[in-house]
Amino acid sequence: MQKILKILAAASVLLCAAAASLRAQTLTERAAPCLACHGEKGVSETPDIPSLGGQPAPYLLIQLYLFREKQRKVEIMNEMTKGFTDDDLRNFSDYIAKLPPPPALADTGDPVRMQRAGALITQFRCNSCHTLTLEGRENIPRIAHQREDYLARTLHEYKTNTRHGYDGVMAEVTQSLSDAQIADMAYFMARFR
Amino acid sequence: MILRDHSRIVLAGAFAGLLLTAPAMAQSPPAAAPAAPAAAAPAIPPGSPLFGRPDGNEAASKLAPVAPPPLPSAADKLPTAKLKVPPGFNIEVYASGIANTRSLRVGDKGTVFVGTRFGNKVSAIVKKDGKTEVKTIAEGLYRPNGLAYQNGTLYIAELSLVSKIEKVEDNLDKVNKPTVVYNELPKDEAHGWKFIGIGPDNKLYVPVGQPGNNVLNDKDHGQIRRIDLDGKNRVDVALGVRNTVGFDWHPVSKQLYFSDNGRDWASEDVPEDELNRVTKVGEHFGSPYCYQGNFLDPEHGWGKKCSDYTAPIALTGPHSAGLGMRFNSGSMFPAKYKNAIFLARHGSWNRTKKFGGDIVVYFLNKDGTVKSSEVFMSGFLVDNGYIGRPVDVEFMKDGSMLVSDDWNGAIYRVTYGKAKVASR
Repeated sequence: MQKILKILAAASVLLCAAAASLRAQTLTERAAPCLACHGEKGVSETPDIPSLGGQPAPYLLIQLYLFREKQRKVEIMNEMTKGFTDDDLRNFSDYIAKLPPPPALADTGDPVRMQRAGALITQFRCNSCHTLTLEGRENIPRIAHQREDYLARTLHEYKTNTRHGYDGVMAEVTQSLSDAQIADMAYFMARFR
Repeated sequence: MILRDHSRIVLAGAFAGLLLTAPAMAQSPPAAAPAAPAAAAPAIPPGSPLFGRPDGNEAASKLAPVAPPPLPSAADKLPTAKLKVPPGFNIEVYASGIANTRSLRVGDKGTVFVGTRFGNKVSAIVKKDGKTEVKTIAEGLYRPNGLAYQNGTLYIAELSLVSKIEKVEDNLDKVNKPTVVYNELPKDEAHGWKFIGIGPDNKLYVPVGQPGNNVLNDKDHGQIRRIDLDGKNRVDVALGVRNTVGFDWHPVSKQLYFSDNGRDWASEDVPEDELNRVTKVGEHFGSPYCYQGNFLDPEHGWGKKCSDYTAPIALTGPHSAGLGMRFNSGSMFPAKYKNAIFLARHGSWNRTKKFGGDIVVYFLNKDGTVKSSEVFMSGFLVDNGYIGRPVDVEFMKDGSMLVSDDWNGAIYRVTYGKAKVASR
């Protein structure tokens, strides 16, 4: 299964890259390669690639900036944003912020696990900065109904200081998380209602 | 569904959702007893960085680090006209359009070097024939926040290494790549960005913050380190330092003074941030056991005594985030400001009513203690929101003072006397 996911991910990265090389005119056209991977309606169906629907524009702007500056390192994103002007960054973040938020997974999850994981969300105060509905605000991303694989990977990257955020807050709060707790939290965030 | 403070409500909500949307699940035994009392969220484990962060308090839940806009403000959108300084002083824009301007250093030939926390570049500002030119002199760096300059060499502190560029001002259009001087530094993101300086002893001072809000640390964190300019002979000069992002040496006594930021989430008003003075090598300044000289930490302070640690010489306000500081040894400002400390308070985030966002001047007694203080430059904080945030101060050869503003990506210059606009 892991192998298949990896192949799928690699293939989609190639597709995205190919699409990106076409210089389009309008913002909608220019954003098409982004959405090819991240999902046309704000919901990513590509393994490991986040849904962008419902993300606050200030968060998107910061991430695009960090990609362009290669402070957050994801090769394809660094490549895609390489030639972006400041205005490009602003326009793309405003455009993408209009995508509708992703819904919760249809699979409502194992109730025992949901209970355990929900308690973790409170214990680790995710619902403080990310708001009670986990929708995020301003520079703080929406984590509600994000892709489970992406959430788990990101938490793990914060814990190991390899995801470079704007400030040290996430690196700090993830220090004591175990892999099992990370898996539970991602499970919950993707599914809760 | 709303994730409330009480885990009970979270879980009841989760179960309600399950029952409504998944009838098949509802028939299974585990879901059949949703009314059973849910286990309370486990208490926060000792030593967790989350300790003290209130659960479900509405006012507290609105607080999070204030993120500056990543892109610099346009020159005509700067808040310069709203900034205030005492009578007789003038403010002008020295440079703008440089993203996330942080540490400032001035070279022997008058070049102003600018570090950044979120970009990958170090910039150099050159004034020539009334024109301002901004050049990128190093790029592809990671959090190049800290800068130091001596005898033609610029030192750059990234998150976990220090490098240098020799003869940096000789040809700013063709600057050599920085070469690494020192990299025996932790890679923590939390409090990992650095301020650096070169002391009167010709040694490089490099701080390492504690890797979290309020955490115990090993021997490689929570300190100001001194190394030779070639990176050798480490000595930990100050311990119990939570996170200093500014220090300087007294022009006469040559003692090291540093700002330190107190912990978050203890309360709105306590502890205050600190201004400290190092009088002997290896002094311990209290964190995370004792803050502000008299506040034993509710988590780590048990069994400790504040009298075992060096108390600050001044408290600089709750959550006010005192960052860059310099002594004014120049002669442009009136005599009362001679050898006084100018401290940039970046401004709070962990406080309902924001505090700071200004430059405060500290006047010293002959013995090096603080006599009094007053706000010198203000106006960055308007209606509980920032229109700018001062990060670092640096004096130019003529005695004027530069102030970096990472919110707007700009640098202001404060002069005294008849307004002379250097940039025109």
